[in-house]
Amino acid sequence: MNNEALFRYLLRLGDDSLILGQRLGEWCGHGPILEEDIALTNIALDLIGQATSILNYAGEVEGKGRDGDKLAFLRFEHEYTNLLLLEQPNGDFGDTIMRQFLFDAFRKPLFEQLIHSGDKQLSAIAEKSLKETKYHLRHTSEWIIRLGDGTEESHQRIQKSLDNLWRYTDEIFMTDSVDEELTKNGILPDLSSIRSIWEETVKSVFAEATITIPTNNWKFEGGRRGRHSEHMGYILSDLQYMQRAYPNMEW
Amino acid sequence: MVTTDQIFQWLEEVSDPEVPVLSVIDLGVVRDVQIEGTKVFVTITPTYSGCPAMQVMEDDIRSKLQEKGISDIHINTTLSPAWTTDWLSEKGKFKLREYGIAPPVNEVDKSVLFAAPPIVACPKCQSQNTRMVSQFGSTACKAHYQCNECLEPFDYFKCLK
Ligand SMILES: [Zn+2]
Repeated sequence: MNNEALFRYLLRLGDDSLILGQRLGEWCGHGPILEEDIALTNIALDLIGQATSILNYAGEVEGKGRDGDKLAFLRFEHEYTNLLLLEQPNGDFGDTIMRQFLFDAFRKPLFEQLIHSGDKQLSAIAEKSLKETKYHLRHTSEWIIRLGDGTEESHQRIQKSLDNLWRYTDEIFMTDSVDEELTKNGILPDLSSIRSIWEETVKSVFAEATITIPTNNWKFEGGRRGRHSEHMGYILSDLQYMQRAYPNMEW
Repeated sequence: MVTTDQIFQWLEEVSDPEVPVLSVIDLGVVRDVQIEGTKVFVTITPTYSGCPAMQVMEDDIRSKLQEKGISDIHINTTLSPAWTTDWLSEKGKFKLREYGIAPPVNEVDKSVLFAAPPIVACPKCQSQNTRMVSQFGSTACKAHYQCNECLEPFDYFKCLK
């Protein structure tokens, strides 16, 4: 099997964790209540930790001497291949929770199946990350239901969050030659089977939250090919500032 | 000639920087120790992926072994089998309680929504009349609780399965 496909897949997986973790980190000190401030930053920390394991492994697979830090801090925008969903601004607390829920509902079945991956290190990373992801999904599901089935104001606002973010969800399940090759080789599960589990989760949580999935939405994609929304550059300027200003600095 | 038992014993002196009452052995993050000639190989595993204490533990293990006269030290990290709270030693659980942190109790599966939080006894007064304030606490491994009887706010070392 060719390592190029595995490397590119690991970048996608790692960039998803990295960029969402960076986004959540922006909540530090700004949460609506202390407990949520701590919860969001705890989730951010788990995601950054996952990104570290995944990108370090990506560097090994690539075999060109780049480690996780180099991959995280020293690539250009078009070389990041995270989902567009994850780079969207935090918005209000509901927007952040909705973005997180849509992602967690995907990550949990993905990690459950990646445990059976033919690639041992990927399987180990999935086994580790799944335990954390279960906590995240439970936390965000409960908030979606509370907000949706809460007050008139919270209901209307979380519905609006879903209306805005739904258009980014198709991209989660788009596949190309990278996924196809890895699925063929037993490294990656078939994403369509994960999509049906994801749909079941989001539908049942939205039903309980009394919010509805929008129809007729234009679908956005491009993240997997390195084509990002206008928000990405701002995220990277924050993320990369120290390494760009003081190359090779450590602390 | 140093033995693996001796090394494990030395590592009992290295504490978790976030919960200093626990040694890295109590915490269950040291998976394996191997000796080959003058080389010592230590395999550790992270509690949580993003646990910021892991790097500190690695450095502390290294300096403890150096202090004991070992110079050729190799520390590897393994992710599998993943760490769970079952790796905490019984002695570790006892020390946690003494220190004021409630040790993990068996919990229902995380996929159950709105499941009642686990009943956790107050480490100060032992009352089971406590409430969960937040699933996420002062570090990745803890939840925040409060005792309804003596009003003590306390950390619960949450169950990770
Ligand atoms: Zn009490």
